[in-house]
Amino acid sequence: MRIDLTGTNASQVTSSLLQARRQAGSPSMGMVLTLVVVTDEAHHGEALRSAREVSTEHPARILGVIRGPARGKSRLDAEVTIGDGTSGETALLRLSGELTRHPVSVVTPLLLADSPVVVWWPNDAPDDPAGDPLGRLAQRRITDCANSRRRSTAMAGQAQHHTAGNTDLSWTRLTPWRALLAAGLDQHPVRVTSATVEAKTPNPSADLLAAWLGSRLEVPVETRRSGGPGITAARLHSSHGDISLDRPDGRLATFRIPGEADRPVALQRRSTAELLAEELRRLDNDDIYQQTVLAYARSQQPPAKGKRSTGTKTTGTKTTGKTTGKTTGKTTGKTTGKTTGTKTATKTRTGSTRRRRT
Amino acid sequence: MTSLHANPLRDPQDRRLPRIAGPCGLVLFGVTGDLSRKKLMPAIYDLANRGLLPPGFSLVGFARRDWAHQDFTQIVHDAVKEYARTPFREEVWEQLNQGFRFVSGTFDDDTAFGRLRETVEELDESRGTSGNHAFYLSIPPSYFPDVVGQLKEHGLASPEGGNWRRVVIEKPFGHDLASARQLNAVVSEVFPPESVFRIDHYLGKETVQNILAFRFANAMFEPVWNSNYVDHVQITMAEDIGIGGRAGYYDGIGAARDVIQNHLLQLMALIAMEDPASFEARSLRLEKQKLLSAVTLPQRLDLHSARGQYAAGWQGGEKVIGYLDEADISNTSTTETYAALRLDIENRRWAGVPFYLRTGKRLGRRVTEVAVSFKRAPHLPFTSTATEELGQNALVMRIQPDEGVTLRFGAKVPGTAMELRDVNMDFAYGGAFVESSPEAYERLILDVLLGDPPLFPRHEEVELSWRILDPVVQYWAENGQPEPYASGSWGPDSATEMLARDGRTWRRP
Ligand SMILES: NC(=O)c1ccc[n+]([C@@H]2O[C@H](COP(=O)([O-])OP(=O)(O)OC[C@H]3O[C@@H](n4cnc5c(N)ncnc54)[C@H](OP(=O)(O)O)[C@@H]3O)[C@@H](O)[C@H]2O)c1
Repeated sequence: MRIDLTGTNASQVTSSLLQARRQAGSPSMGMVLTLVVVTDEAHHGEALRSAREVSTEHPARILGVIRGPARGKSRLDAEVTIGDGTSGETALLRLSGELTRHPVSVVTPLLLADSPVVVWWPNDAPDDPAGDPLGRLAQRRITDCANSRRRSTAMAGQAQHHTAGNTDLSWTRLTPWRALLAAGLDQHPVRVTSATVEAKTPNPSADLLAAWLGSRLEVPVETRRSGGPGITAARLHSSHGDISLDRPDGRLATFRIPGEADRPVALQRRSTAELLAEELRRLDNDDIYQQTVLAYARSQQPPAKGKRSTGTKTTGTKTTGKTTGKTTGKTTGKTTGKTTGTKTATKTRTGSTRRRRT
Repeated sequence: MTSLHANPLRDPQDRRLPRIAGPCGLVLFGVTGDLSRKKLMPAIYDLANRGLLPPGFSLVGFARRDWAHQDFTQIVHDAVKEYARTPFREEVWEQLNQGFRFVSGTFDDDTAFGRLRETVEELDESRGTSGNHAFYLSIPPSYFPDVVGQLKEHGLASPEGGNWRRVVIEKPFGHDLASARQLNAVVSEVFPPESVFRIDHYLGKETVQNILAFRFANAMFEPVWNSNYVDHVQITMAEDIGIGGRAGYYDGIGAARDVIQNHLLQLMALIAMEDPASFEARSLRLEKQKLLSAVTLPQRLDLHSARGQYAAGWQGGEKVIGYLDEADISNTSTTETYAALRLDIENRRWAGVPFYLRTGKRLGRRVTEVAVSFKRAPHLPFTSTATEELGQNALVMRIQPDEGVTLRFGAKVPGTAMELRDVNMDFAYGGAFVESSPEAYERLILDVLLGDPPLFPRHEEVELSWRILDPVVQYWAENGQPEPYASGSWGPDSATEMLARDGRTWRRP
């Protein structure tokens, strides 16, 4: 069912949620988290659809926040939906006027009690999500540099301001690639001397893959431009030959290890909902992402003032992982981000991350 | 290959990276069977779709059909299309397809097993399966000795140079203690215990694994998880269907052997066991074994057990026939389709708390659950009329189909002076999503390939459960016909009486 509220406030939204839930006949739905989706008029439809899809795996209260025009009268309009094939509940909140500068005042009363808060920016995100007022409410902040309008520079911004609890869907997209490359090295444990990543650039995932390989293997990694779609190849070079994964069409890849026949592996690009579902499976800090993004930051030149393009240089750029200051192995979800030799300033915050699983 | 150092791309902190089994293949006996088409092949596809199978994974089908390779591929294709949980994707299919092989022959055919060996060796060569193979015996257990013997004969059962060979067997693990031992002797002569994977698909279910999380990750349930607070426990597995076309399998086996011996006793063990030292297979098994060895049967089986056979009737709006009218069932069959049994546990935690186990076909609805019923509050400061409708507090683990946990407790009826009534508080697991609730067989097949045994019962557990069940089945065999019950009901009257004798009633699940 759906309830529309115009010129409303958070407490009316709360009572509509309650009313809708009561009428749906199931007052306790075992919701496990609040997912705040910060979006705009153009993108909210798709973003909320993905969020609802995820809600069947992680029943959530979804709060879509749309910041409208900052001029004019301060006003809140809301659409409350419950049921309709999902196990959570959704409130779409349209803010306009002066209220656009105070979204926290709308969202705070709507957070589920004592359970994790995740903020997701499906498109453009602040460079420092943890410093953003909405971001501060959350212990997990999910950005998506590949869907940002500043695709080529967004990852550099994220890397510079990385804080424990931040992740980016460009990283999530890599999981199957990383899994296969790791499996390749399991099966054929060679000493890798260098690596190559090929992608249609700019591609934040390719940058992260290069940074991950560089920091884990401590070898130089070259990023090459290709026609896409997305990442088209990853190769680990060794004196015994290459372990490689080629995916020219975005669907079916060929997996090669030295001395063995080529094997096809399905490596289709996943939907946003699938990516988000993976993201929500763990809500503590992703240490490996942190190491990777810091390694990426190190590989970037410190941004020159006034210049925008600090992003990935492709073709022939070497990302050297030799000087990895690996973050110390942690067991708690707390931030350490201890790095040595980091040129780029990295903020760390503590206290905002809590360990909780759904 | 220079060093065998830890893989630098792996890190225990990297929880996203799935466990992908090393290079390996699966040889499936009985590919044309029901289980294989409905569960195993779809699960393999789903695993591939989720990116959890190693590149180069190969599937060899063995059947007594005179088939060409395409025929086999077609069977797998159709099974996957119809029964897989995840969407059909051409590229996933392609990945799998290249690793399909088919070997035609019967179980006593030496040349067929010779061809199987060649096929396996060819796969090691062309697909890099590296000599790691699991043999899945999805065939009637009476053929296990033949197949296992052939595997040994043709050198397929023995690993060499660090690779592995595993065998997977399905229930029933025998039909009594003696036959279970015999079966075990056959299998263990060829495969060492750690290479034998007995499938109890119930243990692969997320909700069953959650029993352990629920009990051992929380502080608030453990203090009341004992005879001081628990009045009794009911474990139910009810099916709404009859035996379908499986007369050959079911007749002579019956509900107790088919379900209680494995699923219900395993559930009971998980619900009642002490906390394991760790979640390693060995510790879990140890605790389950301890529990099962403390289980005792009632002195009087006539008073504390019940059995029945479904009669014609109406189930869920459909007219259905009785067991004795089913195709291929003799009209004098004494096989029970309903079995209920009281068990006690002789240990400090549970002495005096009966566990009631029941299972049946053609019951009211399809449901599996464990209900822990608590004792009444020692003193109720209300008038007796106020508490008339107040039952016992209960905690129900819903295993399927509506997975979750229900807490049942008393609350005041609104608008009355002080009337109390039972209410439910429900926790529901998320619904089915791309990855959220993998089929039990996916988990189990993956665990076989990874060699990860926590969810597989060992022979000791199988023996212990037959020890519990043998006297009951024997007692029934000596005492004539099971009592008929109407299809769509909750079982025979004797089951109701069995609980009434203890002053209790069955929960309507
Ligand atoms: N189906 C289930 O839900 C289920 C549940 C629990 C346990 N199980 C167990 O799983 C196993 C398989 O069950 P199922 O239901 O799939 O059985 P099924 O449908 O009867 O299939 C048995 C398979 O074995 C083959 N087979 C039988 N006798 C053979 C012989 N003499 N030579 C060569 N092949 C022979 C059959 O091949 P043909 O097609 O050529 O006859 C068929 O592929 C059994 O151990 C059963 O107890 C099944």
